[in-house]
Amino acid sequence: MDSMTLIAIASIVTAGLTIALGSIGPALGEGRAVATALSSLAQQPDAATTITRTLFVGLAMIESIAIYCFVVSMILIFANPFWNHIIAQAAGK
Amino acid sequence: MRLSPDEMIFWQHGFIKLNGTILFTWGLMFLLAVGSKLITRNLSTELQRSRWQNLLEIVVTGIEKQIEDVGLRHPKKYIGFLGTLFLFVALASLCTVIPGYEPPTGSLSTTAALALCVLVAVPFFGIEEQGLGGYLKSYIEPTIIMLPFNIISELSRTLALAVRLFGNMMSGTMILAILLTITPFVFPIAMSALGLLTGMVQAYIFSILAAVYIAAATRGRKSKPEPTQAIKA
Repeated sequence: MDSMTLIAIASIVTAGLTIALGSIGPALGEGRAVATALSSLAQQPDAATTITRTLFVGLAMIESIAIYCFVVSMILIFANPFWNHIIAQAAGK
Repeated sequence: MRLSPDEMIFWQHGFIKLNGTILFTWGLMFLLAVGSKLITRNLSTELQRSRWQNLLEIVVTGIEKQIEDVGLRHPKKYIGFLGTLFLFVALASLCTVIPGYEPPTGSLSTTAALALCVLVAVPFFGIEEQGLGGYLKSYIEPTIIMLPFNIISELSRTLALAVRLFGNMMSGTMILAILLTITPFVFPIAMSALGLLTGMVQAYIFSILAAVYIAAATRGRKSKPEPTQAIKA
């Protein structure tokens, strides 16, 4: 198995695993956040705007983790420096 | 598969490139500036006003109220910066309905520039409010051992702002592009609507986070303002 195949396999597998494992944590976290927000909304409907706003800010912070994993995955698929390097080497030969 | 509007080159001369990011950013700036100028030409204070002026008033008073809710005491000082952040990112996402347009915030350059603006604005407003000594002292709160961690948190907050906005915008356009090659009709419309929603939410998040960072810098880290206000009984 030459290095080109090895780089391709590693990139593809890692890209898939990154986004797969990286979405589990944020999804669970967001579920808990929304559940707690709903129960506190039921307890204090007067504070609805504050709770909603804080909920959205919290959700965005949790979502960023999934976005980081997505960006790494995209880089591995579309802007992979190791793949570009090895392709340039193969083309130069 | 295009990763960002940086790769849409419209015109090139040597190494000076006019790419999609620059073109669409200037288009948005033009739209915002000329649109506002046209609407605010004849402002009226009576009950009879044009609907565009009404729209602008709703937007401006809404942003001012949000800034005040976050804990900044004089929203008029900050509404120029925070309002512009919100309007730029929101308009960049809204204009996706125009065919052939790619949001410039889908390029890491634009979002990094916006995050750097926030990085510069936070010490600027902090020093303006508390003086240089007072602001620098806030880095040593609560003990001097926290100094490197406070500095690292400033930098990582900026990075998080940039990557969050970039990731959200880029993923929206990329999912749309991928879906268009698979099921060309119904599903991409739903994803496009979802992309509009996340664009607006991300615009709100960006400006609210910038407001919270500025509030933390101007209030001092010891008495960090609560985003929740006490409920008036």
